[in-house]
Amino acid sequence: MECGCGKDKFIQASFPEGEVDLALIEELLQNNQEDSGNLIAVLQGAQKVYGYLPRLALSHIARRMGVKPARVFGVATFYTQFRFTPVGKYLILLCEGTACHVNGAERIKTALGDELNIEAGQTTADRLFTLDTAACLGCCSLAPVMMINGQAYGPLTPDKARSIIRSIYKREGQLREGAEEK
Amino acid sequence: MIVQVGMGSCGIAAGALELWEILEQEVAGLNPELELKRTGCIGMCHHEPLLDVIEDDGRIFTYGNVKPEEVGEILQAHLQGRGSRGDRLVASSAEPAGFLKAQLRIALRNCGHIDPESIDDYCQAGGYQAWQRVVTSFTPEQVIEEIKISGLRGRGGAGFPTWFKWNATRQEAAAPKYVVCNADEGDPGAFMDRSLLESDPHSVLEGMLIAGYAIGARRGIIYCRAEYPLAIERLGIAINQARARGFLGEGLSGSEFSFDISIKQGAGAFVCGEETALIASLEGERGMPRLKPPFPSQRGYRNNPTSINNVETLANIPWILANGGSAFAALGTEDSKGTKVFALAGKIKRGGLVEVPMGISLRQIIFAIGGGIKGDRRFKAGQLGGPSGGCIPASLLDTPVDYASIQDTGAIMGSGGMIVVDDSTCMVDMARFFLDFTRKESCGKCVQCRIGTTRMLEVLERICAGEGQEGDIELLEELAGEVKAASLCGLGQSAPNPVLTTIEYFRDEYEAHIKEKRCPAGQCKSLIQYIIDPERCRGCGICARKCPVECISGEKKQPYIIEQDKCIKCGTCLEVCPEKFAAVRVE
Repeated sequence: MECGCGKDKFIQASFPEGEVDLALIEELLQNNQEDSGNLIAVLQGAQKVYGYLPRLALSHIARRMGVKPARVFGVATFYTQFRFTPVGKYLILLCEGTACHVNGAERIKTALGDELNIEAGQTTADRLFTLDTAACLGCCSLAPVMMINGQAYGPLTPDKARSIIRSIYKREGQLREGAEEK
Repeated sequence: MIVQVGMGSCGIAAGALELWEILEQEVAGLNPELELKRTGCIGMCHHEPLLDVIEDDGRIFTYGNVKPEEVGEILQAHLQGRGSRGDRLVASSAEPAGFLKAQLRIALRNCGHIDPESIDDYCQAGGYQAWQRVVTSFTPEQVIEEIKISGLRGRGGAGFPTWFKWNATRQEAAAPKYVVCNADEGDPGAFMDRSLLESDPHSVLEGMLIAGYAIGARRGIIYCRAEYPLAIERLGIAINQARARGFLGEGLSGSEFSFDISIKQGAGAFVCGEETALIASLEGERGMPRLKPPFPSQRGYRNNPTSINNVETLANIPWILANGGSAFAALGTEDSKGTKVFALAGKIKRGGLVEVPMGISLRQIIFAIGGGIKGDRRFKAGQLGGPSGGCIPASLLDTPVDYASIQDTGAIMGSGGMIVVDDSTCMVDMARFFLDFTRKESCGKCVQCRIGTTRMLEVLERICAGEGQEGDIELLEELAGEVKAASLCGLGQSAPNPVLTTIEYFRDEYEAHIKEKRCPAGQCKSLIQYIIDPERCRGCGICARKCPVECISGEKKQPYIIEQDKCIKCGTCLEVCPEKFAAVRVE
């Protein structure tokens, strides 16, 4: 039996240390630092800049907005939108809504995990893909659905999901070759 | 001739952008008399992407599931007067789609007809006329009276009378007051608000404007979930247009009334649909509910009087003020006036967005509008109200859609998510699915909700895994009672509903799992086996090629065999086995 509060969530594991350029969020902070009510908007802006919320940036935001770091970390960990580890170039959001569930989202998840060799919440070793899940993307009539960098795909079958990943791999391969030739 | 493409985010996912590009680049250049128009979503999601051709004489032809390469052919047929391309035609003025026939569209009145990014389109469709009428000839009290006459109740789920909320906020002495639009549509399986905001953002703005006038607020805030980027983009465009036209700003329409609207993005927390949690989130805090009273109408955003209304509620407001409260009250039933929008999804033939007068039966929605069950399988249940709602069985299909009748079944009207499931869906798994959701989304404030849902989920998981014990059903019922009784907000109070309704209507399925270690729907992986019938298998080998764990083997033209201990029960073999053989079965 485990308690209801989750496990393996030690601060060190959840917020890896790393170098970040804090100047990138300077403008964002200047526009919002007066009002701590804008904290969520600032965090959203910072995540847009870095792709995730680095620990250093969180502490910096706390200092600049004049709120306790505990509040910043508390807000950041409360909302599922925020992540604390870097994401791949392609962020896959697999919908786990009701319509997708009854139409076989579980099998899509298995297929994607198998194709990418990662589990939900992880990023591939080449930093190309992050596989994540969403409570509902609101495209229920296309169930099961996934969204890759904002573009929705559906209705999926395990095969279709695999081939979408493969075509991105292929495109990336061509891009890399092109870059090498230059 | 006007050609329009439905460009909601579901249409775009289905390929509407490709259609649009082709129209823009090639066809429009060749035929200058064509007017291109993008619209929102008409709600026929099952036919996306959709393309409408409106002939000069006003006849409308709607094509569905259109492929980019077919666009030219469809347009040529119309331009040359050859009539329509029949195989893709899903509706026309002469023969409206069955999906739309039984509907009555008030909140969705403009969806799929106007360009959501054009205020001119909205105004041409009668937009902002209700506002003009209000500001020139209504006092705030008269507006509230009109809404009271209409009988409009909140469409977000709880069904609280809208006029009462407005009036309570108006009565408060403190200022400034706020109007908040709750667009944090978190129910998995619901997309009414997304579609409305993407297809007709101005109607929501106009509703907020009228609300602001009625309660004496100067500022409106739309709290929209970040998962809806297109809705946020179109709202932003609409707000700017409304400002430029003088519908938002200082001293509106020659009056002393000033009003402006801003957007705040949610960050992915289901509980933020609850009013007090939403306010906490607006203030940049963890979205945790607090005790009521004081109600938001007394102390809301920044401790000031705040009226929080749902997207669909607000979209109804301009119609009510333009047509009169009694016109709205003439629709629906005694305690539930007007119409309700439902997002029809799941194992349904024609899924999409539907708006029906209150009081029509679930059967009419699912079978007359939705066309029945995919693959003509047996209807098993309709899930209403998402994680706070319940499953309504086939025996109650004639239940009328109104607040009280739905509540009597143990489900709730909710915000309008309606998921249809057939006999291949396990109801214990369904309950497990929803409880997994509420457990994850519980904010953790109340012990019974945080830990109670975890304990209930454990019980459901072991039942699904074939390890259910005598007394588990009773244990679930007991825990459900505690979670309901001791939770502060609607999330906890309603979290057990999916479990309780499935126990009530599908107790035999629970018992089959617990006593016979059998999943009647053939869905719970631990309780099923995929078997290849040697009599039927022709040895084509497609299952072996598609099996992700390579646990199927055999010789060509001989029956294949599944190695049970390696099988992950993904069901791929069942899906790929050619229909004429149908050799794979679930036991």
